[in-house]
Amino acid sequence: MTTPMLEIENLHATAGETLILKGIDLVIQPGEVHAVMGPNGSGKSTLANVLAGKPGYEIVSGSVRFEGRDLAGLAPEQRAREGIFLAFQYPVEIPGVSNMYFLKQAVNAVRAHRGIEELDAMEFLQLAREKMKLVEMSDALMSRSLNEGFSGGEKKRNEILQMALLDPKLAVLDETDSGLDIDALRVVANGVNALRGPTRSMLVITHYQRLLDHIVPDFVHVLSGGRIVKSGAKELALELEEKGYGWLQAETAAG
Amino acid sequence: MSFADPERHWCESFGAVAAARAGEPAWLEAARKTAIARFVELGFPTRRHEEWKYTNPAPIAKVAWKPAATASVPRAALDALGLPLAEGPHLVFVNGRLAAELSSVAGLDPVVTLASHAQLLATDPGALETHLARTEPFDDRAFAALARAFATDGAFVRIPRDHSTERPIWLVFLSAPGAGPSASHPRFTVVAEESSRATIFEVHATIGAGPHLGNSLTEIRAGENAQVDHVKLQFDGDGAIHLGHGAIHIGRNARVSSTLISLGASTARHDIVAVLDGPGAECAIDGLYVATDGQHVDCRTTVDHRQPHGSSRELFKGVLSGKSRGIFNGRVIVRQGAQKTDAQQKNENLLLGLGAEIDSQPQLEIEADDVKCSHGSTIGQLDEDAVFYLRSRGIGEAEAAAMLTRGFAAQITERVASAAFRERIESLVLARLFARELPA
Repeated sequence: MTTPMLEIENLHATAGETLILKGIDLVIQPGEVHAVMGPNGSGKSTLANVLAGKPGYEIVSGSVRFEGRDLAGLAPEQRAREGIFLAFQYPVEIPGVSNMYFLKQAVNAVRAHRGIEELDAMEFLQLAREKMKLVEMSDALMSRSLNEGFSGGEKKRNEILQMALLDPKLAVLDETDSGLDIDALRVVANGVNALRGPTRSMLVITHYQRLLDHIVPDFVHVLSGGRIVKSGAKELALELEEKGYGWLQAETAAG
Repeated sequence: MSFADPERHWCESFGAVAAARAGEPAWLEAARKTAIARFVELGFPTRRHEEWKYTNPAPIAKVAWKPAATASVPRAALDALGLPLAEGPHLVFVNGRLAAELSSVAGLDPVVTLASHAQLLATDPGALETHLARTEPFDDRAFAALARAFATDGAFVRIPRDHSTERPIWLVFLSAPGAGPSASHPRFTVVAEESSRATIFEVHATIGAGPHLGNSLTEIRAGENAQVDHVKLQFDGDGAIHLGHGAIHIGRNARVSSTLISLGASTARHDIVAVLDGPGAECAIDGLYVATDGQHVDCRTTVDHRQPHGSSRELFKGVLSGKSRGIFNGRVIVRQGAQKTDAQQKNENLLLGLGAEIDSQPQLEIEADDVKCSHGSTIGQLDEDAVFYLRSRGIGEAEAAAMLTRGFAAQITERVASAAFRERIESLVLARLFARELPA
């Protein structure tokens, strides 16, 4: 039996002072794509932030294991170097730091940790050019300040470019479809699909079913009130699209 | 040694070096005497003076500063500063006197004058007379009066009409502290004649340790339609005090950009006065000031719009870490006749750590009615979301802070046209704040 990529057991977590996650259980095997859907306020983004180790998000009980290793106490940069990647819902704009420079520093930090030789400027440019094709990214965006003045679509493409460059084992996509028109969504989804593989797992967090038309998951989970209230195959997403979230919340309350 | 009467100390000191001035022309000796008399009249500043409210001059008053002795600095020590001096002709001064062995005027356009005061006093003293005797715009500053009285040497640059210098001209002032507390008074004047163009890189640095007072008085005069791009880099040691007086005079349709990079001393104070003295004059007065634990930095600027259709842009950014103190005072004057003036001022501060303190004071004095003026000031810390974003990509916490700080400073450092000089400045900023360099 292989070690699961991610094992979440009875996870209770706070954001600030508030208890948001109230007992999540989830297992993701290598190569699997899981979708987590849910209404606003159900704890989807908290789950993403807890996995990435954002300060201010605390595990109060339960555990999260990545490749069998407990994540508690691991700094965000250590998690990234180990192979966890979070594609942000709202990528941060950083003036004065060029996108290219940032990407190179990130790639080399991860490579150094993995014992691979760091890339010089020319080697990195070559690698970047190859990955940029995945998300149809232009050279112009590389020399600009990181995310500064990028459109919503450009920011999300930049996130997927980072994922392609950092080559994570587990990618958490937090509402990657929010704010995208259908063309931008297609570009982003194509990039994500190109990165699917037997050794990479993905956790796709979304409010809308339409993303899952493009990134087809192996499993769908519904998060509500900080718990997974229903799990199923990809068809569950369609059912949710049709009926909304109301019936599940009612069912949970009744049960 | 400490004493109650700093005026007397400086007067005695002035008398003690009379012999060294023996060969100077009568007008220069007269200007020096006028200056020391003016210093006595103004008195040594105290905290009761509004402009010294936040920078206490008492610690300077208490020290028996002696005129810095002639000293030599080995070439290796100059090289260690990492300045790309080979990019242009350069005059290097040590303790206020020209160090010919460290200077080079190779490649200087023959029509451009670049000489030390001592050289010019021997060959063409008339060229200096008006400039060295001028007291404005610092007539009411006691330390500027001291600089006029005591300056041992200095630089003079003249770009003739219609001439464009391609390469930057470097003016480097090194302090080499001796056994006791010493003072030097670097001076220079840059005259850019009508429709000329020049780039001036001014550097102040300390070689070695020890108490030193660097009290500089500099002037840039841009004639009608001239363009001058000026950068001042100041990075002194912890035992040093830097008091800089920078005058900028801008004629009709002339454009001056002046960028200050202040990277620390125990006390660094910069007093910049830009006078827009012709219609259509433009200036960009920018600054980056950095102070670390125990340091104090005080940037004071005056932008004086005297004629119509002038425009000024001012952006000062501060980065303060440890227990440090920063002051920004930005005064903008729009005189009665200066209609259609467009003046903008901004001051932004980044506090790293909890012990740092900043006072930001804009001061607008507007006497004309058809003008556009704005000012704004911000104080903040590193954006936590930005730090997390970088960390989530594998970048360590300290390196993330350094990257964000460099990004904050970039708006100022990118004004430095020389890539090599800009990179050197960026690495000095990070070395000062984080004791680390970022990989290229």
